[in-house]
Order: sequence, then structure tokens, then C-alpha cells
Amino acid sequence: MAIKQLTVFVQNSKGSIVSVTNALSKNHINIRALSIAETNEFGILRLIVNDTENAKNILQKDGYLLKTIDVVGVKIGDTPGELTSALAVLDKENINVEYLYAFMARTEKHAYVVLRVENNNHAETALLSAGFKLVSQEDIDKL
Amino acid sequence: MSLMLIKNEKYGETKMSQNYYQKNVETMPVEEMKKLQSEKLVKQVKHVYENVEYYRNLMDKKGVKPEDIKGIEDLHKLPFLTKADLRDAYPYGLLAKPIEDCVRIQSTSGTTGRRVVAFYTQNDINLWEDCCARAIVAAGGTNKDVCQVAYGYGLFTGGPGLNGGSHKVGCLTLPMSSGNTERQIQFMMDLSASIICCTPSYAAYIGETLKEKGYKPEDIPLKAGIFGAEPWTEEMRRKIEETLGIKAYDIYGLTETSGPGVAFECSEQTGMHINEDHFLAEIIDPETGEVLPEGEKGELVFTSLDKEAFPLLRYRTRDICVLSRKKCSCGRTLIKMAKPMGRTDDMLIIRGVNVFPSQIETVLINEGYQPNYQIVIDRVNNNDTFDVNVEMTPEQFTDIVSEVLAKEKALANAMKTMLGINPAVHLVAPKTIARSEGKAVRVVDKRKLI
Repeated sequence: MAIKQLTVFVQNSKGSIVSVTNALSKNHINIRALSIAETNEFGILRLIVNDTENAKNILQKDGYLLKTIDVVGVKIGDTPGELTSALAVLDKENINVEYLYAFMARTEKHAYVVLRVENNNHAETALLSAGFKLVSQEDIDKL
Repeated sequence: MSLMLIKNEKYGETKMSQNYYQKNVETMPVEEMKKLQSEKLVKQVKHVYENVEYYRNLMDKKGVKPEDIKGIEDLHKLPFLTKADLRDAYPYGLLAKPIEDCVRIQSTSGTTGRRVVAFYTQNDINLWEDCCARAIVAAGGTNKDVCQVAYGYGLFTGGPGLNGGSHKVGCLTLPMSSGNTERQIQFMMDLSASIICCTPSYAAYIGETLKEKGYKPEDIPLKAGIFGAEPWTEEMRRKIEETLGIKAYDIYGLTETSGPGVAFECSEQTGMHINEDHFLAEIIDPETGEVLPEGEKGELVFTSLDKEAFPLLRYRTRDICVLSRKKCSCGRTLIKMAKPMGRTDDMLIIRGVNVFPSQIETVLINEGYQPNYQIVIDRVNNNDTFDVNVEMTPEQFTDIVSEVLAKEKALANAMKTMLGINPAVHLVAPKTIARSEGKAVRVVDKRKLI
């Protein structure tokens, strides 16, 4: 059920993000969501794109250090408190969230939340049994 | 026929027969070699005294006349030459032949001060190329090999030296020069290059690039590599041998004596045989200048016995190493030098502690990184700052910031254990550390000291 996230290691320097996005746009890759974690020296870009495999090849050819990992996507209603209740499910199960980011789905009345946890299966089962719907790779590809 | 078959055939050949390029000198009995060196030394001292005013003055000041040198046992009476002398005598002060007899100039990069220029007669070039040919044959090279020379060509001695040696052996020579890795790989694969000559850091880089492209060691036609011109470690050798699927041989030399080929490694890979019929080696105490007995660690000093145009006597290399006459399984009787443990030039003093870049390299390989790093030293408020930039690898990369920071910390701790002082380690994106002429820029010292 998990969705693919592209993770890219870049220097925290002028132009390093635009060179990644530029390489992707030139090859007609659409970025669905982007989150950046940075220190003074380096940055880690986390990308959800419409064609992960192709994007990976393009960036690899340009010499980027990257990897693809599986992350959990959960759909939450577009109302206050929805994110909190999703996180409460994980908290109850003692699932530690390394990081998360969210984006809006265009067609549905949902926000999509991307969760990076240690054990995807555990988190997915917990969310499903609490009545949440998960984001599938197909949902991403349809966006 | 597949590349694999060609490669294995070549492996077989080198294993079956031990080849020499100039068997008579390479396997000469030690006493005979010493006699030969003595005869050459007497002649060489006379040549230098008569033709090089700079060195004549040094000898006169020391009260030594050419007649006092009757053989190698008198070598210690001669004055030393240092890099400072080369600077003082720049450019023509140590030239021993009229310009009309000289055919070539080579030069150093000048990274440690004013550049060194060295001069060659045609005979000097011939002997130098012979030395390189000995190295190639010792690495298993024959006239059936395709030899890719990926050292820089031009003023740098690496390219011209190995190029000449490769011709002498009769290899099909690929004069690639350094850089343009895509083209290097294309020629290597298309033409089935079996030997590569370049700096070890460039070999490691080519290896990484091949790996990224999905080539496995067995897909790579190379069987041997001859690597030198910069310090490297045994760990780095193993790494290169694994990624390229080759045997990696060390070669030693310096522009001041000719270039690569002053010493070379044989199949035993336990030190480099010095071409001592041309270069007479001594180990001295770097503090007192006293000659040390065989087996003791000290500064390596060379006397060129045959050089005509630029014959340096007792040149202090600043390389710290050990000599050994232990019998070698390859059959060569040429004295061996251990891989230099460091160069007094490379030695950094950071917060009062001696640091050799090779120590950093050892830590990186032990901790599972590639030896792609750069040391940056500066002085802020009278304190030395010590930063080590290390290229992130696919194996170490994670998407979680705290884990990357923990890896930096772990590397810093390992370095502290090795060096005794604590660096700040920064993991950087691949290929962001500058390389020049295939030589990685390992140290950036921004301290403005008088």
C-alpha cells in the first residue's frame, strides 16, 4: 500500500534545489509534494512525483545521490482536528513518526499526509483499523 | 571472444612466467650493483662539480673535492640538496648540460611553493622511460597489452613517463591524459584496455563511476593498474582492486629525479624496488642529516647516477620511509623502499598535533566511506579550525537528518581516536570535492602564518 518517496541529498547552497526541480521539469516530471529538511550544510529533499522510476534515473544520471523509500500516505478529512486524530492513532500504538508533510488532493475533499515511520505495516494497519483511508501509489499517479 | 576470456588469459601469463624488462640489472647480485653504483657515482660527482656552479660552491663550502669520492662509501661526504636549493637555483642554476644538449622540460604543479623545473637530455628520457618500462613489466605488462595512460600529460611527469615506458614495452598505448571520465570509460571498454596508469584517487573515481553505471568488476577488461604521484593507503589499494577487479601496483617517483619509475612494485606487493642502478638511495635522520642503517625509518635521499641534464646529488625527498634488502620472491635484487609513511610536506600541524592525510583516509575506509575527502584548516581567534569534508555514499545516505548528523559525529569520533584531535566532519554531496589533473585537492590550509 505504501507510496514511493524520492530522497535526494544536496548541499545547502544557492541553486541546489532549483537544479533538481529543473532537471525534473525538463523531463516533464510533475512534483506532487516536496518537503525539505536542512541543516546549515546539507539538505535532504523528499519528493513525491508522478513517475518515480524515471525521475530517479534522470537525477542519477546528473550525479545526484538519492534513494527511493516507501512511506505511508494517509487521507484525512479537510477539517480541523483530523490530523491530530490520525497522529493519536499512531501515538497509541507507540509508532514514532520521523517526519511528515501534507498536501492537498485536487479532486477529493482530502488532504494527503505522508508519514515516515519505522514500520510501515504497523502504521498502516493501525490507521486502517481506526477507519482512515490510505493513499495508494495509484492515487498519486492519478493526481 | 568475451572480455573475460582475454583478461583471464593475461592473468595466466603473468602468473606463469616472471618477466623482467632489463633482467641483468634487475636481478644483479648486490656486490656487483654496488660496484656499478660506485663507478657511476665517481663519474657523476666529477660531472656535477665541473658543470654546476651551484653545487660546486656547496662542495667547496663543505671542503669536499671530487677526488674525495672514490665510491658509494664516500657518499655521506657530499652536501645535501633540498627543495629550497631548487628554488634558489631556479630556473637554470642546477642545469649540468648546455641547452643545446637538452630536449625536454618537466615541472611540478608548484603546490608547495615555487614550481620545480627539471631538464632532460635524450639519454635522460631514454633511461627514464626504461624505468617506467620496468614498472609496467613488473605489473605483468607485455606487448600484448592495451595500456591506458590516464595521468596528466604535459608538464606533469606522470603522463609522459608512463607513455614512454608503455611504448618501450610495446604495449598498445592509449594516451588519454587525465579527466573526461566518460571518454576514459568508453575507450577502456571499447578497446579492452588491460592496464591503466593514473593517480590512485583517479582510479578510485573511475571505479566509482563504473560501479554507478552498473559495471561489475568482471565486466571491466583491466587486469592491472600502476598508481602513484600521491600518497595512498593499503585500504585504498584493496578498494581499487575490488571495484576494478585488478591488481593495483604502486609506483614512486619525483620530478626532481626524473618522474615516475624511480621505484616500482612487483607481484609481491610488499614495497617498491628502487631502480638503484640509476638512483642511489639513502635514509637519513631528518633532524641531524646522519645516514641511518638499513631498516631504520627516516628521510629518503636520492642521488641520480646517470642523469646528464639535471643530476641532483643527495636530494632530500622529504618522504619518510624504510629501505630493505630482504630477498624478494619476484627474483629482483633491487633494494626495496616501503610506501612512504608521509611526506614532511604533507604533514599538517593542527593545534600542535601532527596529522597526515593518509590517517584520515584510513579512518574513512574503515568506517565504510570512499576516500573522497578534503581537509580544511583555518585559524579563528588564534585557534586552528579543523574541518573534514567527506563525500556521502549511497550506502551511508539516509533520508533522516538526525541519522546523517549521527554519522558525521561517529566519523569525527573515529578520527579523534586516530589523530588525538577532534575535527568537524561534514558529509557533502558526491563529486563536490575538487579534483585537479586527476589529483584530488586533499588539503586547503587557509591559515595565514608568517
